[in-house]
Amino acid sequence: MANDSSRLRISAVNDVVRIDFVDRDILDEATIRQIGQDIQRKLEPMSAPKVLMCFTVVEHLSSAALGTLITVNSLVKKKGGTLRLAEIRPEILEVFYITKLNKHFSIDESAEAALKALA
Amino acid sequence: MSARIEGHAILRGPRAEIDASQSAVEQAMTQHGYGREALFAVRLALEEALVNAIRHGNRHVPDGQVDFRWSVDGDEARFDVQDQGEGFDPDAVPDPTEDDNLEIPSGRGIMLMKAYMSEVEYRGPGNHLAMVYRKSKDA
Repeated sequence: MANDSSRLRISAVNDVVRIDFVDRDILDEATIRQIGQDIQRKLEPMSAPKVLMCFTVVEHLSSAALGTLITVNSLVKKKGGTLRLAEIRPEILEVFYITKLNKHFSIDESAEAALKALA
Repeated sequence: MSARIEGHAILRGPRAEIDASQSAVEQAMTQHGYGREALFAVRLALEEALVNAIRHGNRHVPDGQVDFRWSVDGDEARFDVQDQGEGFDPDAVPDPTEDDNLEIPSGRGIMLMKAYMSEVEYRGPGNHLAMVYRKSKDA
């Protein structure tokens, strides 16, 4: 599957769209906007998409990045699909707990666990 | 213990200015022995503070500038971020952790700053943010 953005690596794992972040920092507003647009463009033609977003290399993210994740989740839900997040470092996971977004997202420790849940 | 390190920058908006200030602060904190958790906390809080000031504080100010001053010693790191906007009432910002607000994409910056810093205070009409990170929080 072709890369939709230099900031993301998008691949297909069976019927799951797997999205890996390329950068350690997801902070720059323009980059975050671009990431959101790339993901939306990828998911737009799909029906009931199963999506896995992996944060393996991500060390920092801002509230603007959280906002984009919320927007992507809303889009996926609107289409009757499922979004799961995985491989989030403990420091970043704490941000999800502080903001209580752990209640909003389905979060798995590993990509394998997320793929199993999406199967 | 080495001497207090201070910095001052005028930020006009380009990302490189924020990155340069963040790097200078990180370098000073590392020099004073702050740990990984402290560096993560301050970087996150500063990101929110500086971006808020540039994007929101100065939104209606043509060619607006953000005055950023900081100091780091062995006990604490202090930050002052002042924009040229009219300010705002931080207490009027809805609590993003309320169930009804969880799906709103924006409005989490202030709560993250408060969660990660030892002190967060908006001064004047709300266009001057003062934050402190105490190393004891790092323990």
